[in-house]
Amino acid sequence: MTTIALPRGAALFERNARAHRSHFLIIFSGFFEPLFYLLSMGVGLGHFVGKVPGPNGELISYASFIAPALLATAAMNGAIYDSSSVFWKMKYMKLYDSVLSTPLGPIDVAVGETSWALFRGLLYAIAFLTTVSVLGHVHSAWAVLALPAALLVGFAFAGMGIAGATFMRTWQDFEFLNLVQLPMFLFSATFYPLSVYPGWLQVVVRCTPLYNAISLIRGLMLGVVGWYQLVNVLYLLLFGAIGVRIAERRVGKLLLR
Amino acid sequence: MNAAAELPLVHARGLIKRFDDLVAVDGIDFDVQKGEAFGFLGPNGAGKSSTMRMIGCVSPPSGGTLRVLGLDPVKNGADIRAQLGVVPQEDTLDLELTVRENMLIYGRYFGLGRKVVHERAERLLEFVQLEERLDSKVEPLSGGMKRRLTIARSLINEPDILLLDEPTTGLDPQARHVVWDRLHELKHRGATLLLTTHYMDEAEQLCDRLVVMDKGKIAAEGSPVELIRRYSTREVVELRFAAERPPDDLAARIDGLARRVETLSGRLLLYTDDGDRTAERVHELGVQAQSTLVRRSTLEDVFLHLTGRTLVDE
Repeated sequence: MTTIALPRGAALFERNARAHRSHFLIIFSGFFEPLFYLLSMGVGLGHFVGKVPGPNGELISYASFIAPALLATAAMNGAIYDSSSVFWKMKYMKLYDSVLSTPLGPIDVAVGETSWALFRGLLYAIAFLTTVSVLGHVHSAWAVLALPAALLVGFAFAGMGIAGATFMRTWQDFEFLNLVQLPMFLFSATFYPLSVYPGWLQVVVRCTPLYNAISLIRGLMLGVVGWYQLVNVLYLLLFGAIGVRIAERRVGKLLLR
Repeated sequence: MNAAAELPLVHARGLIKRFDDLVAVDGIDFDVQKGEAFGFLGPNGAGKSSTMRMIGCVSPPSGGTLRVLGLDPVKNGADIRAQLGVVPQEDTLDLELTVRENMLIYGRYFGLGRKVVHERAERLLEFVQLEERLDSKVEPLSGGMKRRLTIARSLINEPDILLLDEPTTGLDPQARHVVWDRLHELKHRGATLLLTTHYMDEAEQLCDRLVVMDKGKIAAEGSPVELIRRYSTREVVELRFAAERPPDDLAARIDGLARRVETLSGRLLLYTDDGDRTAERVHELGVQAQSTLVRRSTLEDVFLHLTGRTLVDE
């Protein structure tokens, strides 16, 4: 199944690339958003905050602290943004109805859409990482691995995002997504260390996917790497794989009746 | 039908499709031979589209046997779909791509190489007379153009069978004729066409053989001419009345003038072998109809006879 799924899903990737050629600006917005956060919060607010303790307790500039978190969030947002297009393609454009009447199956749709979301996430990550390194917020050669890490984060959220999009009934339902996405962005140790929370809340935050994404990328960009990053990687891999699987089943259930 | 040794391209026995409590297709049998234009004629909700979707391997049968190109749609769905061309009831064109790109990308879904797809796209778009809209987006195209593009797209993989679900529903008369013209051309080239329709003129125009479907079952099977001969008379006299219902005693008065009489909203149909003569005799009886029309029998009459209802809701 999977041996033929990969090249077939690639046709859907090609379709998305063509469809986006005319509006590449949307892709740029995914790059500017984290940059604006970095400049306003990291540099502006950071002026008053001063130094904060990094993952190993060493004091670092506030901008260096939040830059990795913004990268992780950008990868998440990019992937989720794409998944909302899946909703539109499925419900209004009936794209997958035509795709499924060709040799492609639900798994090819899930793989094709996920890989496109990944590609977009990768573009954001490259642009953002280049910028922050120019601004001097990269502190270790491990930061090179932040790129594949961002890709992994994109995978985790793309799979789940596409799965989620298949449950949406109307555009209003996307408000629920915001309700999950925004608090996760604000509270997953993005803007301050986990240590500000009481013990039980730390455990809750550690279980969220974005916390794992931030923890992984922050470790790599600051050069504080340990076994814990491996846990993050496994978490994100599993989260994404479950998402792709759910997405495949949902597409099949909804369209192959 | 055809006792030739060749296996049918589509073979169904006792085919069933159920959605929860609803039985959409209720145990139908049919065979489609290579090179045939085979139709499913029936009103909305007769089970035509469900049958089409099962043949197109996008809807698993709930029971019975179905073989397409000798293969089982449940096990070999992707292999079968690779050999099918599908024109769905609702347009599913890619609104984010141009006319040409719709062809190219669709071809890529079949795993065809770029060069092959390019060459076929040009040829097929010319075939459906869209060569001047190659780089246009899909959205501004007229309904007829979208349909023609969908037909061109369905041919990109050079399919063994073309499935057309209500190919001209929603089109204006002129656009319908252009579509019919293209489908006739495909027929002449030896394509195997399967189509559903609730237009009797479409079925008469395009189908070599058809089944009349009603409430998930097949009511009759044959060529248009055979069906008309078997289930209707040569001619029909239509008496139209201004009132919703013709006068109550009328049916009794004209009894015996025709082989069979059907009463519809605002009109009476008299089935007879000699329309003019029957019309004359009705006139002699002094029946006050608003207008009288003598016409040939159509598949509409066949359907009416078989089910007691009209094809298109009145």
